[in-house]
Amino acid sequence: MATLFGINLFALSGQLLVGLINGSFYALLSLGLAIIFGLLKIINFAQGAMYMLGAFLAWMALQYFGVNYWLALVLVPLAVGGIAILIERFLVRPIAKEDHLYSLLLTFGLALILQGLFTQLYGSSGLAYQIPAELKGGTKLPFMYLPNYRAWIIIASLVVCATTWWVIEKTKLGAYLRAGTENPQLMQGFGINVPLITTLTFGFGVALAGFAGVLAAPVYSVSPEMGSNILIVVFAIVVIGGMGSIGGAILTGLMMGVVEGLTKFFYPEASSTVIFLVMVIVLLIKPAGLFGKEA
Amino acid sequence: MQAMKKTMMAAAMSAAFAVTAQAGGVSDDVVKIGVLADMGGVYADICGKGCVTAVEMAVEDFGGEVLGKPIEVISADDQNKPDVGSAKVRQWIESEQVDAVNGLVASSVTGAVTKVLTDAKKVALISTSASHAFTTKACSPYNVHWTYNVAALANGTVKPMVDSGKKKWFFITADYAFGHALEGIATKVINDQGGEVVGAVRAPLGTTDFSSYVLQAQASGADVIGLANAGTDFVNALKTSAEFGLTETADVAGLLVFTHNAKALDPAIAAGMKATTGFYWDMDDQTREWSARFKQRHGSIPAMGQAGAYSMTMHYLNAIKAAGTDEADAVMAMMKATKPDDFFARNAYLRNDGRMVHDMLLVSIKDAASRQSDDDIYNIEAVIPGDVAFNPMMESCNFAAKS
Repeated sequence: MATLFGINLFALSGQLLVGLINGSFYALLSLGLAIIFGLLKIINFAQGAMYMLGAFLAWMALQYFGVNYWLALVLVPLAVGGIAILIERFLVRPIAKEDHLYSLLLTFGLALILQGLFTQLYGSSGLAYQIPAELKGGTKLPFMYLPNYRAWIIIASLVVCATTWWVIEKTKLGAYLRAGTENPQLMQGFGINVPLITTLTFGFGVALAGFAGVLAAPVYSVSPEMGSNILIVVFAIVVIGGMGSIGGAILTGLMMGVVEGLTKFFYPEASSTVIFLVMVIVLLIKPAGLFGKEA
Repeated sequence: MQAMKKTMMAAAMSAAFAVTAQAGGVSDDVVKIGVLADMGGVYADICGKGCVTAVEMAVEDFGGEVLGKPIEVISADDQNKPDVGSAKVRQWIESEQVDAVNGLVASSVTGAVTKVLTDAKKVALISTSASHAFTTKACSPYNVHWTYNVAALANGTVKPMVDSGKKKWFFITADYAFGHALEGIATKVINDQGGEVVGAVRAPLGTTDFSSYVLQAQASGADVIGLANAGTDFVNALKTSAEFGLTETADVAGLLVFTHNAKALDPAIAAGMKATTGFYWDMDDQTREWSARFKQRHGSIPAMGQAGAYSMTMHYLNAIKAAGTDEADAVMAMMKATKPDDFFARNAYLRNDGRMVHDMLLVSIKDAASRQSDDDIYNIEAVIPGDVAFNPMMESCNFAAKS
């Protein structure tokens, strides 16, 4: 086997690919957060709980209504987005004028309630959700065995991330969005319904978490804890990328997946802390984050 | 709530009358058992409220009173935090006159709590913790370790596999005290049987993605990948192993598998996997009868620690009755002098170091076709006699070796 400095290159390239797979998950989740923060200035601590909710809804849809994975992949984000719209309209908006900390605390509370509710209803052991038949099995690459489902995760999340970035940064709709949050009065004057845009944006950002939840259901066990475990990491990624930077969230998500994958290879014990280490270093050197604009 | 009220009343009354403990009879006129467990976190299903239910069932089956005095059960959530658990138990001892603490899940919490209990000379009834420290280097005359321990898991699952020719092992280990203990004791078993451990990775507790570790295990060329972890860590590690094709080239052995986790696994992945357990609900009529009663009250089949909590409570209450007092030294002596015998404790005895030795079960996970119901998870492959499963009493437990 090819080695370099005593490192098995095949194993290393396997790790890189695995890092990229996890990274695409991170990218999807941090993108949702970045949109909500970047455009609405709401720190949504319920994003992890919504990711968990997505996984649970997929499981419940299959269990109680026989809705298959592919349909769930479309319906669940819509449902989660719908719930988010209600949350925005009735809970977040009344305190939107207050300090950001209020929305943070509100969404954090919501997350705890949701997590407690699901623990109460379904226990803490987790539920099984099968990989769809079409994506079972894997492909033998020269350096690793790549499960088809993992390859699908990369493709699905990259397509969604890239499309979202393109819509926000390159289209007229995105321009309205950005302008609407920059100067709401002016946009109101042009006859654009800013509150509606705000609500829909919040719904969309959260729907991304629901989508990630469905993607995650077959590979991780569907459990009430899954959201809180990943949330802090994803927040760190958003901070590293630059709060609110859409492209930064996507790229940093991918990068941090790789960084974490390599740490797992060289020094696994540090894998749960390496992202926070990177965060500290980045904040010290570039307080606005890698892709953030200085305020 | 009702129990809480009663507890408060009892505490207030005993404080008002300043009842002092007397030699013989029941101190403060009530036998109080506290159940401490993780009620809402990752270990909630394997003990949690189910352990409270099991202890309450034991008290009811015993008749609700002993030596003419009532038996009370109180409970609290330790949140898997040693400081929370030990503070709660200290409070129970000081203001509730608790006589024994049952439940006890995360080994870290149990370690902290047993110290408090030993200082106060109160009995620790350990139902779900895995570490063997409580009967070795951290042993105490007041520790009762009932259901299983890491040594029994390693002897039960690892030994037969090494004997059958699976000599090269690689471990994916939970990176905290429990995982290290399990890996260490399993390694010893492997070496003693002429096998070798070719490598190990330590994954942080609560890792969701095990793919990197699985790739490393795959590259090691081992015959068996030992999963020295538990709960969702175990489930995720096994799922990832199957996804990356590891289960086709090597055996994956779960060293600590709870029925609730086995249930959460896709049978296509888990079928045929062997595990060691202290109890399985569907073993015979006796276990089925009790488990049906438990399920009716609790909503799900009992985990081994929950069945253990019942059995241990019964033995404790019987010992109080036989000793004629709830004074801890006398009760402990009686518990060790008499053999427990019920649906859970088969060929059982409580050793001087606090280890309860009983028959363990080697089980394998059923495939989808042979399952009759959702709860039908295991085939019982063999009964492992207690003396084979549990390591002999060690000299590192000072008081046990001396007495």
